[in-house]
Amino acid sequence: MGAWLWLFLAGLVAALLAGWGRAPWRWRRRIGRIGFACLLLLLILYTVFPFYWAVVSSLRTGSALFSTELWPRDPAWDNYVAIFREQPFATNILNSVLVAVATVAVSLLLAVAAAYALGRVSFRGRLPLLFTVLSVSMFPQIAVLSGMFELVRAFGLYNRLGSLVLSYLVFTLPFSVWVLTSFMRELPKELEEAAIVDGARPVTLVLRIFLPLLAPAMVTTGLLAFIAAWNEFLFALTFTLSAEQRTVPVAIALISGASAYELPWGNIMAASVVVTLPLILLVLVFQRRIVAGLTAGAVKG
Amino acid sequence: MAEVRLEKVWKAFGGNMVIRGVDLTVDPGAFVVFVGPSGCGKSTLLRLIAGLEEVSRGNVWIGGRDVTELPPYERGIAMVFQSYALYPHMTVYDNMAFGLRLAREGRAAVDARVREAARILQIEPLLERKPRQLSGGQRQRVAIGRAITRNPEVFLFDEPLSNLDAALRVQMRIEIARLHRQLGATMIYVTHDQVEAMTLADRIAVLDAGVLRQFAAPLELYHHPADRFVATFIGSPRMNLLPCRAVGEAEGGVMVEIAEGTVLATPTRAEESAEILEIGLRPEHLLCGGGGDAGIAGEILAVERLGGESFVHLSLVGDRTLVAKAPGGIEARPGTVMRIGIPAGAAYLFDRDGRCLPRPAFD
Repeated sequence: MGAWLWLFLAGLVAALLAGWGRAPWRWRRRIGRIGFACLLLLLILYTVFPFYWAVVSSLRTGSALFSTELWPRDPAWDNYVAIFREQPFATNILNSVLVAVATVAVSLLLAVAAAYALGRVSFRGRLPLLFTVLSVSMFPQIAVLSGMFELVRAFGLYNRLGSLVLSYLVFTLPFSVWVLTSFMRELPKELEEAAIVDGARPVTLVLRIFLPLLAPAMVTTGLLAFIAAWNEFLFALTFTLSAEQRTVPVAIALISGASAYELPWGNIMAASVVVTLPLILLVLVFQRRIVAGLTAGAVKG
Repeated sequence: MAEVRLEKVWKAFGGNMVIRGVDLTVDPGAFVVFVGPSGCGKSTLLRLIAGLEEVSRGNVWIGGRDVTELPPYERGIAMVFQSYALYPHMTVYDNMAFGLRLAREGRAAVDARVREAARILQIEPLLERKPRQLSGGQRQRVAIGRAITRNPEVFLFDEPLSNLDAALRVQMRIEIARLHRQLGATMIYVTHDQVEAMTLADRIAVLDAGVLRQFAAPLELYHHPADRFVATFIGSPRMNLLPCRAVGEAEGGVMVEIAEGTVLATPTRAEESAEILEIGLRPEHLLCGGGGDAGIAGEILAVERLGGESFVHLSLVGDRTLVAKAPGGIEARPGTVMRIGIPAGAAYLFDRDGRCLPRPAFD
């Protein structure tokens, strides 16, 4: 299939080079549009294909897994049944949901409060603090792992979901704080002053004025935090021990076959599809809201 | 209706003195306008009264209460901002009700006050709209309505009309004047537009570099400016300033020589010691083509024709320029020489310190 694609592309480029200068403007524009559409198609193909292959593989069993046909001959749901029967996968999903939701909630709450301070209140050391927050997000995860482990042990959170919420804040907070701070600064100062003259105290100000205006930014950062928490593997592997406390990525990685020599690809693929679908749905739903929020000019009155 | 009194108010931002010892009393129910060039501190002064900035030194009194240490919402003020500052996510109704709800007013009381304000401003049909669905003039009305619902003792306006187009600005200006008569509240208004200042104000405070130069009624400022700054700031086009020197006494006033052979017997009395250095002449008092009590000639540089009137720019001897107002249809071509007549009563005389000598009014 790859060869055909390359041939098509090469042909397109050759045709363009040959006829470009002489072609009338209308044709040039039309060809340009077709070229752009082809490029988009290629991009979509490239990004969606792995997921498509996961779906296809999850519907296959036995040696059919190693077939290269684009669609399984007799699709079966056995793998999907198996993942829920052979391990506490439903519990794992619930764990992931709990951890991700808690992470999003805590990081948004802290980030809005921090953004108000960093974006609106001028105090000594504001900028150094902002850059410290930024630099935290650049640590490689493995570098904070052992320190975080000590922290988790000290709080008595080992093998509890709380340990994951705590550790995920390390990477969700910095970007949440940064995005919300820059959004907060965009909001006109006079809006805040009008509310102060109207009698709003800081808490009212944040809750009734800033929060509604920051909603688009909060949806975006919340979504990114959710995805990050949902997909995180290293901390989840390190800080949980029992199967009942695992989150989905770890559970999938530890799915084992009947013997040490068998990798149950079908089960792994089925589990991956199950945990990816809600994420895709979430993004599709909220993307509309993000775009709607931004185009409605919620910030400028 | 409340009196606003500033008592030796100073304000510094960092090491930068923005307000330097302003003493000012706004009578209850008065309409006072703060004017001055940009950066003169007029907006800062308003924000000090509002409580959005803290004074560095001095006191602010509103209605006989020392409010220096009080937050804005306890000062009995309402403020209208230049950018309207409406809450974008709330309807017009909620915008106007926000302050009342925060003050825990009952639902019925809030509704009554909002509808009353909407009626006064004729924005009743807009109550359910969001700010982004309104035009600039409508937004400004809502912003004023939000101030009215709070039923404040003092209204503060921070350049409320500068975002509107010219026609709308005139209309809103009249509306604000009507509102002042109707509500009878004390209003303090900041603007850099001297037409707004002259037409709206009972009294005008002219500020320059954080110093209150003069605080007087509009015509008082025009006829009896305290100093050069006020004299040139009020009036458009601005007053002509020419160097001059006193050459003797005439009956009732001092004689000044403006140029070689041009001597004007002004009705301004001056003491022996006064050192008269400059004469100020407003363009609208000069007579194009001659007449008056003295004359001066110059080459025409440019003629600005506005239809009903024209402004003639002249170059005098010694690198000095002069602007004179003329009728719309005046015959004047750049490059030709024109004679300008000066009525004696039109002269404003300034001493070494830039103070304006007391003079009789001139029409």
